[in-house]
Amino acid sequence: MNFFMQLLVNGICVGFLYGISAMGFVMIFKSSSVLNFAHGELIAIGAFLFLVLVTWAQLPIALSFFITLAGCFALGFIVERLFLRPLIGEPLIFVIMLTVGLAAMFKGLILLIFGGNLHTYPRFLPASLGIDYGPVNIPPVYVATLIIGITFLVLFGLFFKYSSQGIYMRSVADNQRAALSLGVHVRRVFALSWAIAALVAGMSGIVLGIINGINVHDLSSIGLKVFPVVILGGLDSIGGAIIGGIIIGLLETFTGGYISPSLRDVVPYIVLVFILMVKPYGLFGLVEIERV
Amino acid sequence: MEDNILLQINNISVVYSDVIQVLKGVSLTVEKNHIVSLLGSNGSGKTTTLKAISGLLKPENGKVTDGTILYSGEPIQNQSPETITRAGIIQVLEGRQPFKYLTIEENLRVGTATRWGKPYRQDIDLVYRYFPALLARRKSLAGYCSGGELQMLVMGRALMAHPELLLLDEPSLGLAPLVVKEIFRIIKRINEEQGTTIVLVEQNANMALQIAHTGYVMENGKIVMEGRALDLIENPDIKEFYLGMAASGDSRSYRDVKSYRRRKRWL
Repeated sequence: MNFFMQLLVNGICVGFLYGISAMGFVMIFKSSSVLNFAHGELIAIGAFLFLVLVTWAQLPIALSFFITLAGCFALGFIVERLFLRPLIGEPLIFVIMLTVGLAAMFKGLILLIFGGNLHTYPRFLPASLGIDYGPVNIPPVYVATLIIGITFLVLFGLFFKYSSQGIYMRSVADNQRAALSLGVHVRRVFALSWAIAALVAGMSGIVLGIINGINVHDLSSIGLKVFPVVILGGLDSIGGAIIGGIIIGLLETFTGGYISPSLRDVVPYIVLVFILMVKPYGLFGLVEIERV
Repeated sequence: MEDNILLQINNISVVYSDVIQVLKGVSLTVEKNHIVSLLGSNGSGKTTTLKAISGLLKPENGKVTDGTILYSGEPIQNQSPETITRAGIIQVLEGRQPFKYLTIEENLRVGTATRWGKPYRQDIDLVYRYFPALLARRKSLAGYCSGGELQMLVMGRALMAHPELLLLDEPSLGLAPLVVKEIFRIIKRINEEQGTTIVLVEQNANMALQIAHTGYVMENGKIVMEGRALDLIENPDIKEFYLGMAASGDSRSYRDVKSYRRRKRWL
């Protein structure tokens, strides 16, 4: 029972993290229908930026955290401006191939600067953050993950539901032509969705770095894990991304714990295939509202 | 007289994808605070004319290749829709095009995009005054509303932007006669109370000419007839071919149709 609870908690935390990384991915897809293959690299950039600020520049943790988020936000903006914007109006497949190219470029740059070795952050999370309650023992980092994740989720939920800019972003995702006819700055919306996606990716990069250590290959492969998560949750549902993430996280930890650690990367995909056979839009994907 | 002109289109040609010419020298004048209706059969270029004004040709790979569109004296042809909407021209697209997964009220809020950050509460109340049907459904998703409600929604959404010039593309499309009547009554009211200048593209010539000040008839990418709405309603050709009444009330032979064809070439 003890073991079970432990796996459950770990699974939920890891899954939450997958879900949050997937959220950025979904945001880009929703606004511009672009599948971003460079998502894992954005995660890695966030982790390494934080590493630089904390270990090389020796800045305080909180400050580094905010600078990293701001840096990622700016990076997303710049990437959209420099690489994506010239391709607006071109066939989507060109844009998607461009993100593949971006992925290779980012990964190459990181390898060039930091090499392929495992880096670690200094331990900075206070042990008192951990929860030790009977059979459940949650290490501090997972508690931090949950707190950060839930905060971001609530913030983004409020942003998309109530702020004007959030509503404009949703309108572009919904009907781009109509949004254009009302004067919504569609290119600005694209830029903003890249910026937010990069910010979220950077944040999950930091947390993943704390849990597993920082290694380019590991972090960028998380980008691939985003695919089963978003397909499971429904490509266009932000809430679905979180729940899809938690399901994949739980599947992974339970297979790892009860069956075999070497199967943990395979079983989620097997389950994914079965779920898609029953629900082809994913669990929470928008089923077209047919009446117009 | 010159000061009264809000929009002046001089002899524009529009080409899609560099090869398909849709408008061949269209000129029209829209006076301030007037309703101008643009009539014509399918494919005659009415919608393209509206899109040329609003800048929405661009995303469809269309271009104004010739002529000028002057809005308050400034050329606006081939500008981006962001610029044109901010100058005060809002187009209501054909076929309604709501944001299906946004609620009615969120749909209305998208209308504030041209003046982001400014207060909008009063405008929402104004829209609900014009379209009380929307108030009852403000929290429901637009995707589940009826055609009439959606038409009111998209017009209200456009009003949120405080347009000086409102371009309406077939607001009566697919609506029940009673709803159409209601919609036209509201269009007239908006024009009178808000002073909004309106260009109205319609198939329903009768309704359109009743509320309009002036009218234009298009065929094959050209303007073939223009005049005061009152005169157009009385025009025998319009009567026969758009209002469905025989000119003299009796014989309607094929020969008459041919005579109209001949006339058309002259116009």
